[in-house]
Amino acid sequence: MNGLRNLTALQLGAAIRRGEVSIPEAVETALEAAGEAGCNAFITFTAEQARKRAEELQKGLKDAAGPLYGVPMAIKDNICTKDVKTSCASKILGDFAPPYDATAALRLEEAGVVSIGKTNMDEFAMGSTTETSFYGPTLNPWNRGHVPGGSSGGSAAAVAGRSCWFAVGSDTGGSIRQPASYCGITGMKPTYGTVSRYGLIAYASSLDQIGPLARDAADCAAVLDAIQGQDPRDGTSLSFEAGGLLASLDGDIRGMKIGIPADCFGDGLNAEVRSAVLGVADVLRARGAEVVNLSLPVMEYVVPTYYIIAAAEASSNLSRFDGVKYGWRAEGYEDLVDLYCKTRTEGFGAEVKRRILLGTFVLSSGYYDAYYRKALQVKGLIKEAFDAACAKCDLLLTPVAPTTAPKLGESLSDPLQMYLSDIYTVSVNLAGLPGLSMPCGFDAAGMPIGAQLIGPALGDRNVLRAAYAFQQDTTWHTAAPAMAGKGGSEL
Amino acid sequence: MKITTEMVDYISVLSRLKLPEEEKERMTGELENILAYMDVLNTLDTSQVEPMSHVFPIRNVVREDEVAPSFDREQLLKNAPQRDQEAFLVPKAVE
Amino acid sequence: MTWETVIGLETHVELATRTKIFCSCSTAFGGAPNTHCCPVCTGMPGTLPVVNRKVVEFAAQAGLALNCEITRYNKFDRKNYFYPDLPKAYQISQLYLPIARNGHVPIVTEAGEKEIRIHELHMEEDAGKLVHDPWIDQTRCDYNRCGVPLIEIVTEPDFRTADEVIAYLEKLKSTLEYLGVSDCKMQEGSLRCDVNLSVRPLGSETFGTRTEMKNLNSFKAISRAIKYEARRQIELLEEGKRVIQETRRWDDNKDATFSMRSKENAQDYRYFPEPDIPPLELSEEYLTSLRERQPEMAEARRERYQREYGLPAYDAGQITAQKALVDFFEETVALGAPPKEAANWMLGDMMRRLKDEEMEPKDMKLTPANLAALIRMIAQGRINRNTASRVFRAVFPDNADVETYVREHGLEQVNDAGAVEAAVAKVLEANPQTVSEYRAGKQKVLGFLVGQVMKQLKGKADPKAVNAALRAALQ
Repeated sequence: MNGLRNLTALQLGAAIRRGEVSIPEAVETALEAAGEAGCNAFITFTAEQARKRAEELQKGLKDAAGPLYGVPMAIKDNICTKDVKTSCASKILGDFAPPYDATAALRLEEAGVVSIGKTNMDEFAMGSTTETSFYGPTLNPWNRGHVPGGSSGGSAAAVAGRSCWFAVGSDTGGSIRQPASYCGITGMKPTYGTVSRYGLIAYASSLDQIGPLARDAADCAAVLDAIQGQDPRDGTSLSFEAGGLLASLDGDIRGMKIGIPADCFGDGLNAEVRSAVLGVADVLRARGAEVVNLSLPVMEYVVPTYYIIAAAEASSNLSRFDGVKYGWRAEGYEDLVDLYCKTRTEGFGAEVKRRILLGTFVLSSGYYDAYYRKALQVKGLIKEAFDAACAKCDLLLTPVAPTTAPKLGESLSDPLQMYLSDIYTVSVNLAGLPGLSMPCGFDAAGMPIGAQLIGPALGDRNVLRAAYAFQQDTTWHTAAPAMAGKGGSEL
Repeated sequence: MKITTEMVDYISVLSRLKLPEEEKERMTGELENILAYMDVLNTLDTSQVEPMSHVFPIRNVVREDEVAPSFDREQLLKNAPQRDQEAFLVPKAVE
Repeated sequence: MTWETVIGLETHVELATRTKIFCSCSTAFGGAPNTHCCPVCTGMPGTLPVVNRKVVEFAAQAGLALNCEITRYNKFDRKNYFYPDLPKAYQISQLYLPIARNGHVPIVTEAGEKEIRIHELHMEEDAGKLVHDPWIDQTRCDYNRCGVPLIEIVTEPDFRTADEVIAYLEKLKSTLEYLGVSDCKMQEGSLRCDVNLSVRPLGSETFGTRTEMKNLNSFKAISRAIKYEARRQIELLEEGKRVIQETRRWDDNKDATFSMRSKENAQDYRYFPEPDIPPLELSEEYLTSLRERQPEMAEARRERYQREYGLPAYDAGQITAQKALVDFFEETVALGAPPKEAANWMLGDMMRRLKDEEMEPKDMKLTPANLAALIRMIAQGRINRNTASRVFRAVFPDNADVETYVREHGLEQVNDAGAVEAAVAKVLEANPQTVSEYRAGKQKVLGFLVGQVMKQLKGKADPKAVNAALRAALQ
């Protein structure tokens, strides 16, 4: 079936329910495509389990099956999957196979999806390029000389390369939205606390959130309907009315107020990106939305605030990787302290060690107030600024990243420069807000450009409704990279 | 602010990392760069601002005191680099 | 020079919840290694803590009973350090906003009354147990205790003698037992003490350099350790040497403290607010309801026992000194035993048995129902006091049913007047000499005759009835 790979997840789900496509057939298509893609998007394939599950699901197929029933997908390798290797793309986790599932993974299973494997990422989700993986970099399906973005680069490349119909990733400072943007797909970080973090291996607990990377906004809505909801295992998960996102997509955004913060379109933003993102405003206006200009006078503080808080929490969260309970242990240690030091020094990559040291520093005696406490205060100011902006409009429109995907090997040499490219995404995590990245054009080199829609807390529905409306009138999201294997280019 | 190699040594010990000399020097420079950039926060007056650790004002998330069955021990031990039938093993850690 | 010892205490108390502080694993003591564990308490990646409601309740109750201010808005913090008994490599504790602060506890010693100020009380999780195996030269990590809820109670440096410390600990233990928030079993480690001690010339306003002593597992050890360490510090100072600020381990066998190898480096725990646990906000209504539910404490009960039951002050004091005795006493009384009788049995026969068996009241098998039954049988005249003591000794170890025991051993009193008269007749006939002595006015031989009749009746008769029957027969 040639067009199969270019269907959206919802279209495939419908075809499965109508009996036009069998689940084993969809799974074989995905496994074959993933195997041929050559982007190093996966760390682990779970082909055997996927085939077995496909047979079972096919037998259990009912008319009333949910919209994602039988759809093959992939899971970022920092989300725990029972008895399946979960590595965080780090040497230090070795062949760790957790004896439990993340809540999000369980909910997806209940929705009837089929996981074909675990996707590549920046080690411990620290990075913007998926080059810090112990398992080698993932390549951008639009041009293998470029990075797919990060840290959910494997998830983004797998979806963009049509190796599966959607994936879940995690977003601490842009790790879903930025690779979605670089790979020309739609990705969303929902409001903090709406998807359980139980089983998501923590990078920065106060900022981490699981979300979908998919072909379009409707697929994202369907995935969020499946995974959102309060979880008694996660004390930070919110009590709110989950579900109904997909059903709310009607394309009607008349009267919706879209705010454009001038502070996000200033120096440092690539001109092609700027004009493509501003083009989104025109499309939305044409569908009846109102566009207003406003200010967000905190942008120069967001990156330092983010890196202080994220590094501090990471330094604590990653202390448990010590070669005692799970994962890899160094050899040739002299005593207990040496065991810790050797394991951690050899088991973590450079970027992870940099952030652990930075985080340890900002929490250490004598520096806590000047850095960590200060950052928590500025976080309060950033949240206030976003709340004020959200009071003046329904959604904010900003770029996702200052540029399109950089070339492989360009970013890691200057960590500070790499951190600065997170400017448009990290503030959304600091303020706990929902943010979505969607394709809105290509640069001259043919690399995708993404636009970001940001909503108020628990405003996930309006974010998706606006993106859905945009995608009714545009085709950027349907474009597939030419090199995406056999089935992809034939349509 | 100036970051010295002594400071990097100190935080390395705290975080149980032992960087080779060359890596330590590079890291010292990078940290100094990053921290210098972070000083921009000092231009903000935050004397009246409460530190915000939780972004949403949720409170009192508790569970009932009801026992659930514990995990199968083998499941908990199976990923350990060194273990015996019942415990994780480490080099001598008690007097 | 006269020296003054200055002592502050940090007491860790295990709370008597059913489950751990952040997961639903059992807190039961013992169990094979790593069998009361789950991914949360073994620090598996991705797992998250969720606070046990009961821990907050118990901690707040303890704070109220120790006259503390309750922190209405309190938070958990992470204390970061590497050690194999701490699988997450951080302990979830409270630094910045502990649940209770600024309390005080009145104590009484031979030197008089005094108030010990409580600096703070906070909630935290216990660590695991490490056992070194010399055969394989490896240390085993058992995480059963990981996540068992603790409160740490920190006093101001208000103690001057070991007596004061013991009086405070007795008081603390009794208070927590009355509240039912901890069973305070020192031998199982559910009450542990770190002692901070320094010495200074009497009259000095500044504190000397202090040491911290750990591994104190009994009141006796605490008392001896304080005396040893004060003497050690005074000797150092008198020799012109300095006291080094350090942690010292008490060795019960050697009766001395020893410097613990200083840790790898300066302790910098990098505390910061725990992002996985939202803050706790305790409402006035919540605290009011806790205050209202606060059980009657030792002093109030002691007074009531004297007033309502007419117990002597000493007896009332003995019973209320231990919550386990109070519970036993009240239940026995509730089952119909006269309070004075119950108290006499408990403080007499029962305490003797406990002492002989080296047992704590809370570990005893005997139930109030059984003691109440025994007391009832005496009141009904079915057994006499001496038989009852024998029965008590027999049923004490396993709580055998007294009714059954008396029946099976044929110990019920002979209340048949005919049987008593027959025995009397038999004894009088066999002892004509004694009978004539009695009749000649030698009244005290009656005792011998009563004994002979009791022997005939195998001790199962009411001595009063025998006495009366003999007097009648001798008239």
